Amino acid sequence: MTIQDDAERRDLSSGDRMPGGLAPVRGFFEAHRSISVIVGMALVGLALPLVVMLPPFSTFQAGAAWMNNFTLAGVYILLALGLNIVVGLAGLLDLGYAAFFAIGSYTYAFGASPFSGLHIPFWPMLLIGALMAAIFGVLLGAPTLRLRGDYLAIVTLGFGEIVPIVFKNSDTYTRGTNGISSLYPPDLLGYRFSTIEILPFYIVMLLLVTLAMILIYRLQESRLGRSWMAIREDELAAASNGINTVTTKLLAFALGASTAGLAGVFSSAKLTFTGPDQFLFTVSFTVLAMVVLGGMGNIWGVALGAFILYMIQSVLLKGLNQFFDAVPVPILSDIDFVQYQFLLYGLALVSMMLLRPEGLFPSKRRRRELHTAAPGDDAAATPAQEAGGALQ
Amino acid sequence: MTTDATQTTDATQTTDTAATGTTAQATPTQAGDAGGQALLRLENVHTYYGHIHALKGISLTVGRQEIVTLIGSNGAGKTTTLKTISGLLRARVGSVVFDGDDISTVSAHELVARGIGHAPEGRRIFSRLTVLENLQMGGFTRNSSEIREDLGRVMELFPRLKERQHQKGGTLSGGEQQMLAIGRALMSRPRVLLLDEPSLGLAPILVQQIFSIIAEINQQGTTILLVEQNALQALKVANRGYVLQTGNIILADTAANLAANEQVRQAYLGEI
Repeated sequence: MTIQDDAERRDLSSGDRMPGGLAPVRGFFEAHRSISVIVGMALVGLALPLVVMLPPFSTFQAGAAWMNNFTLAGVYILLALGLNIVVGLAGLLDLGYAAFFAIGSYTYAFGASPFSGLHIPFWPMLLIGALMAAIFGVLLGAPTLRLRGDYLAIVTLGFGEIVPIVFKNSDTYTRGTNGISSLYPPDLLGYRFSTIEILPFYIVMLLLVTLAMILIYRLQESRLGRSWMAIREDELAAASNGINTVTTKLLAFALGASTAGLAGVFSSAKLTFTGPDQFLFTVSFTVLAMVVLGGMGNIWGVALGAFILYMIQSVLLKGLNQFFDAVPVPILSDIDFVQYQFLLYGLALVSMMLLRPEGLFPSKRRRRELHTAAPGDDAAATPAQEAGGALQ
Repeated sequence: MTTDATQTTDATQTTDTAATGTTAQATPTQAGDAGGQALLRLENVHTYYGHIHALKGISLTVGRQEIVTLIGSNGAGKTTTLKTISGLLRARVGSVVFDGDDISTVSAHELVARGIGHAPEGRRIFSRLTVLENLQMGGFTRNSSEIREDLGRVMELFPRLKERQHQKGGTLSGGEQQMLAIGRALMSRPRVLLLDEPSLGLAPILVQQIFSIIAEINQQGTTILLVEQNALQALKVANRGYVLQTGNIILADTAANLAANEQVRQAYLGEI
């Protein structure tokens, strides 16, 4: 009886806030997460190419340039979704997440480039890259199982530094700082993707993001998702409730890393190049900022946070530079705005912590967690009621 | 109440009364030892925190459907004993035997599935999850129809939790949080329930209430090992008790005898 009550109550509470007729629609999409992700992503995927053909955007840069930006933003969305598993769901602060991105990228470079002499097709490489990253996720996770909070952050930070340095210094295997270039682009049924034609990459990226979102949604609602939440709250209590904390934490690392591996394979196939400078600490930090800004734990929020930050970083700031180069304004024309992006992230993070710690687009749960006295919450019981209850 | 059929056989209740004849000595006596029939048995258990020797050879038994209490002052090793049983700590020497199987090396999460429920010290509820979610988490090792059934059972036992099921755990009062911690441990339908200081920080009226619920849980067929600083209350509700001091069991007897024991009265019941 109680579970049904709960479900009904949840449906009602979500419907209450909606104006009249939309409630059943909303109810349907809440019940069918996968369909809502597919519909949502299809709408976004169709809307973006159309919107950039309209004036304010079309005058700013060409449609193809926009599409290129969107596709690369997708790489960051994947990264943010993966990091969200580790940080948002399982509560394990990972500051070296770019390492898994690097491992995915280099896996593709080894599997499909003239340098290694191999040419494994792109599609199986997606799986292989994700698997390699997952293996390294477990390798990092296993020795750090006992660490939490700051201590875990320090170890992952070190790991994030070590991996690109290893790639940089293993000249014979990775061509060091030069990186591995002219990687083979993907093939599909005889059609060969090319760097000039962006649309196929865009579509593949849409599919990858959609797939990742569906999988993560399902994970979040599963037993595993609940276990991550329990571990985030209290590890000892989780263990004494029958949760295997070792495998649960390792799975968080492995699944988070495999998403980054996927992003790495795609990005190196898209750029046809992999080099150690693509995976600096700034990448880990940027992705973490995306997760926090978007709203930890909420998949749409994280995706949107990643999209917005990527667009600010790679379009808006560059656009400002171009604008002030063309229109001379004292002081402003001398500033390289791109250089100040981390100042911007820092400011954004600090103000988020102060003003809206649950992120721009929080999950319902997170909002509830961080705002105790939310309206509609029947939490606030008076001391008199407490005492009365105790005496019953 | 649906409990394991094995638990309804009440073999040890009688044997422990037979052991009451032993006068309270400073030597540990195996009061109530029903041989292989005991549900839980610790044999010469030594547990360490690094170099610190916390348990120095604990031997005790808990018979089926008994309430056994461990009393002792701070740092005596009560919590360590419970953690060693539930697998959160490992005994370096000695063995823990549950229902005839040596469980000294079985991991904590497996022990929950086997029937050892542990409500840890300080409640440790998931404060940012709702009451209902806390209880569901307690049933992690069970399937959804069993969870539904047990939710009804637990909420019948704790009507307050039903009233507050959609509230965050952290917003509950201390007494309600303790009820939630016990309820959550019951959700795994344990055969033996380890309770670590359920009266900690509660008002006297709530302490009474918690102890009467403990007695009720026991009457419904669950064996209970209770760790308490509130020795008076613990001895009232328990069948037998052990007194711990700096990692050793110094007394073992029936609850009634312990409550009457001069040493115990002076040291733990506040009589001078």
